[in-house]
Amino acid sequence: MTTGVVNSRRISQRTALTFLGLATAITVVPVLFIIIYTIINGGAAISWDFLTQFPSQAGRAGGILPAIIGTFYLMLGTLVFALPLGVMAGIYLTEYARDNWLTRLINLAIVNLAGVPSIVFGLFGLSVFVLAFNFGLSLLAASLTLACQALAMVITSSREAILAVPREYREGSLAIGVTKWQTVRYIVLPQALPGIITGAVLAISRAAGETAPILVVGAAFLLPKLPQSPFDQFMALSYHLYTVSAHVPNMPKETVWGVALVLLVVVLSFDMLAAAIRIKTRRRKQS
Amino acid sequence: MSINLNVSDISAKPVQKCVTKLKTERVNLYYGSFQALRNITLDISSCAITAIIGPSGCGKSSLLRLFNRMNDLIPNARVEGNVELDGIPIYDAKIDVVDLRKRVGMVFQKPNPFPMSVFENVAFGPRRHGIKSRGQLEEIVEKSLRQAALWEEVKDKLGQSALALSGGQQQRLCIARVLAVEPEVILMDEPCSSLDPVATLKIEDLMRSLSQSYTIIIVTHNMQQAARVSDMAAFLMMEPDRAGVLVEYGPTAQIFTNPKDKRTEDYITGRFG
Repeated sequence: MTTGVVNSRRISQRTALTFLGLATAITVVPVLFIIIYTIINGGAAISWDFLTQFPSQAGRAGGILPAIIGTFYLMLGTLVFALPLGVMAGIYLTEYARDNWLTRLINLAIVNLAGVPSIVFGLFGLSVFVLAFNFGLSLLAASLTLACQALAMVITSSREAILAVPREYREGSLAIGVTKWQTVRYIVLPQALPGIITGAVLAISRAAGETAPILVVGAAFLLPKLPQSPFDQFMALSYHLYTVSAHVPNMPKETVWGVALVLLVVVLSFDMLAAAIRIKTRRRKQS
Repeated sequence: MSINLNVSDISAKPVQKCVTKLKTERVNLYYGSFQALRNITLDISSCAITAIIGPSGCGKSSLLRLFNRMNDLIPNARVEGNVELDGIPIYDAKIDVVDLRKRVGMVFQKPNPFPMSVFENVAFGPRRHGIKSRGQLEEIVEKSLRQAALWEEVKDKLGQSALALSGGQQQRLCIARVLAVEPEVILMDEPCSSLDPVATLKIEDLMRSLSQSYTIIIVTHNMQQAARVSDMAAFLMMEPDRAGVLVEYGPTAQIFTNPKDKRTEDYITGRFG
């Protein structure tokens, strides 16, 4: 081989490496930039009072306690509706449904559910839960709306977790006269649980960040007290951030970024919780 | 190839107790449009160890899985003909498959203990069948582990994960798990194929001692193993369309020393397969 060929090969190798590295950097930089920028701008607003007081002067002063509480209520409500329903549907689709055109159609519909724009879920929630079911503009209607959106993710992650349980375990159980349901209940579900929980946690962390759907089904900008029942309206971090950043004049910049920082911390901490569960189970499986 | 036969064991058995435990009559098995078994007629004696032998892909495992209806789990699997347990057709619509599998247990090729403790593995079946008393479960677990010749090795680590046991121990644990639900028949699908020779011999000894109280059918592609442990042997082969047929069935001694069919002789002597 001549030195010319060797050189040109070395150059193409270097070029490829440079571009791939650059592409990676370009994707990582904005993420880090957003996080750091939010911390720098919002950090000053964070104080004990900010986290524990009600807002005053249309959010320009005081704290954001009702928005934090409201977001946690929403996440809880979403989890309560989406987790059992999603897991049960996941079990049915993987363990019981026959592989025919109807099952394939349902699977396709579930995958596509994840792609439906969130504002469409909002309109659906408004016409079904708020109006038709007469739940009114409420925490309940909003939780159900977000649960519909989260279902796709819960079902998909449940199915994947259930499918990952080795067939040998199922056969071993069925081969000693254990029923199908007992096998699912005592062998498959315990094995699939970490995967199911990871998916559910990610789904509700996404729900916490949603603004568009809750806008139309019950989120309020300012409320004098915390929701007393599921039928009350509520405040939420995402919606609060939208309003203070777009609709309140003379808003202190650091307060806006403070709200953003709190929302970011809530969402990222749930994402990290999901990652921790995943890493822990992977370790356990290896040992 | 030198083969040690276990002929004396056959005559030593009390013949009068033996009955036809399982029976297939003109059975065809299909997976979709593919025929896996053709026209299988076979009587299995309650007090024999029956070996199913033959080249890879000839339907040995499919035949074994007929007896506890494990083939039902495969979509599009279809059975024609008659399969009987104690004279009762098991493919009848009235048959409870769960009850059938309790009576006809199965041990798989790859040891498949559940990812739980040794104790829970053995107690799993009895628990699911409704036994709740701790004392009763402990009794069943000890008895089953003793029967499976594993008790001495694991009695101090019943609470440890079954996945920490060696491959041979895991397979004996799987046998104990089957014994714990008190089956009548034990099906073994190449139970030693993933084990070393020492662990293999232990399982073979175990099969011999279990054959006193259970009907055992074993699928194996190890000729020496079939010769060592079985009383009866069924030789299966593929036809040109890949459907498995029963070429010869008879006492192991006869199959190995004086086969009636030329194809059996060719296979036994290692001319193909």
